[in-house]
Amino acid sequence: MLAIYKRELRSYFCSMTGYIFIAAVMIFTGIYFMVNNLVSGYPYFAYTLVNSLLIYIIVVPILTMRSLAEERHSKTDQLLLTSPASVTSIVLGKYLAMMTVFAIPLAVFCICPLIISTAGSAYLFGDYMSIFCVLAIGALFVSIGMFISSTTENQIISAVVTLVALLLLYMWDSLILLLPTSAIGNLVASFVLLAVLVLCVWLFSKNRIVTLAVAAVGIIGLVAAYCLEPTLFEGLVANLLAAFSVNTVLYNFCHYYVFDLGGIFMLLSVAAMFVFLTVQTIQKRRWS
Amino acid sequence: MIEVKNLIKRYGDNLAVDNISFTVEDGQIYGFLGPNGAGKSTTMNIMTGYLAATEGEVFINGHNITDEPEAAKKCIGYLPEMPPLYTDMTVIEYLKFAAALKKIPAKERSNAVTEAMEITKVANVSDRLIANLSKGYKQRVGLAQAVLGMPEIIILDEPTVGLDPKQIIEIRDLIKSLGEKHTVILSSHILSEIQEICDKILIIHQGRLIANGTPAELEETLGNSSMELTIKTDNPDDAVAMVSAIQGVTKVKVADSSVQGEVTLSLKLERGVDLREEIFNACVKNGYVLLMMKATHFSLEHIFLELTKERRRVRRRVKKKVQPEASEAAPQEAEATPETTETEKEGE
Repeated sequence: MLAIYKRELRSYFCSMTGYIFIAAVMIFTGIYFMVNNLVSGYPYFAYTLVNSLLIYIIVVPILTMRSLAEERHSKTDQLLLTSPASVTSIVLGKYLAMMTVFAIPLAVFCICPLIISTAGSAYLFGDYMSIFCVLAIGALFVSIGMFISSTTENQIISAVVTLVALLLLYMWDSLILLLPTSAIGNLVASFVLLAVLVLCVWLFSKNRIVTLAVAAVGIIGLVAAYCLEPTLFEGLVANLLAAFSVNTVLYNFCHYYVFDLGGIFMLLSVAAMFVFLTVQTIQKRRWS
Repeated sequence: MIEVKNLIKRYGDNLAVDNISFTVEDGQIYGFLGPNGAGKSTTMNIMTGYLAATEGEVFINGHNITDEPEAAKKCIGYLPEMPPLYTDMTVIEYLKFAAALKKIPAKERSNAVTEAMEITKVANVSDRLIANLSKGYKQRVGLAQAVLGMPEIIILDEPTVGLDPKQIIEIRDLIKSLGEKHTVILSSHILSEIQEICDKILIIHQGRLIANGTPAELEETLGNSSMELTIKTDNPDDAVAMVSAIQGVTKVKVADSSVQGEVTLSLKLERGVDLREEIFNACVKNGYVLLMMKATHFSLEHIFLELTKERRRVRRRVKKKVQPEASEAAPQEAEATPETTETEKEGE
């Protein structure tokens, strides 16, 4: 894992990718920092972090697009997969290298609250917790990008799909408002979610019995619950999906200065799930 | 030692590897021979753990490649068809990375890298970016990566492709010298190469292992299956009948009857039989004078072409036979026999 981590990190700084990522994030956040904190005199650096989330949506795909797609394209994955290293350690090595690049501008931003404090009162603890929150959001974004990169051997496709996925995540809260609130509408939406789940189970297990079992349990459960207590379904899907809102976590940290432990747990566990899915995608390709 | 048992690999409906089994003994050089798309690379990719087999097992020094991948992969150095090089690294950086990846202990790494660079003669380009190297050098860097840490088993997929004649000779000599201490498996579709380097040859065709043995064994068992006779007679048909009656003769053809009073016959014999004595005795018994008898000696190349051609012919014949029936009665049954599925695999 260490060998892959070092090589990946080295390759980010031998090519332009690492520098472009860091420069883009720092310029964009720097402009907000200047406008919000230095010119307007607003003492919260967290506010700047909220404003600059958009830049990560644009540059994270650039960071992650190469990670696994390029290995497959240039067939260097043959070296990695025939070496005694396990697939998990290969994926983790790459993931940690990307997270390291991601963390570099954040480390620089740690100076910003100190700069604010020289001009008056600063909210250091809250600001540092907000930077930590952005790191957790980065963990999620990078894991999504890496997973998408593992499904293709074309870097451009990988970047575009990641961009779309992250944009959807950015607009998550607004999209949830479009969901139906009535019980019957939510029942239908639940069936759609169930169908997606069943499809995922089928794609990853290719096991008819397991897939049918999941589908059967899901259908019976939903219908039974609807017959017993239809009010349960009012706004159900929206509430369920709202739990995965990245913005909510960010606002809790950066606007309300609340340490949202549940939110951090959500971000990191979904990130872990995507890392796991990446490992599974690579394993599965060997069998197809 | 490598044991491959009943290996099958399917890509969708394509059967890339069809029930291959063989054992590789220690300290010998094995050659996989087969036309393009025969399944050589797929077999090698399965043996090295890059691909998983649909069915069957591979044991590397007793370790199952699926169940104990790390222990098994530690014994193998692999050069795939396309050398897996990171073009943004210099040669020495790449080899150091590969050494760490192969879990060579940190203390031995720089020695292992130096050794690999020396035997593959890439030490003079060690500080150059791989992207800027010529194809021959890239191939050698790939080879250096495979021999890194001197694994017990070295698997090379078409190691001489793209090299100039001088480099080919160098690489062949290198493989021969590696074969003194290591088990080497290499693949090629060039017969002379395999014949020159390898102790044992495995001929793979359309996913099947169709011959396995030393070059001498293959020539002996598959080679002398043909003869030419010239008999003094005015009646070629009688001579044909006489020769056909000898046990072990499978086919008799009049090759030349242009000379009056002589006929030249070409015979096909069962594999591995020597009928010179029987033919002589039969001629004497029937009162014919034998003017010439020649056992046609086949080169390995001829055997290779013959073997790979034969199967194609068999397949076509079976297909023709099956098709009319298939349209009437049982199309599924016809598809089920492997010989009738005319699906040519793409790539290897």
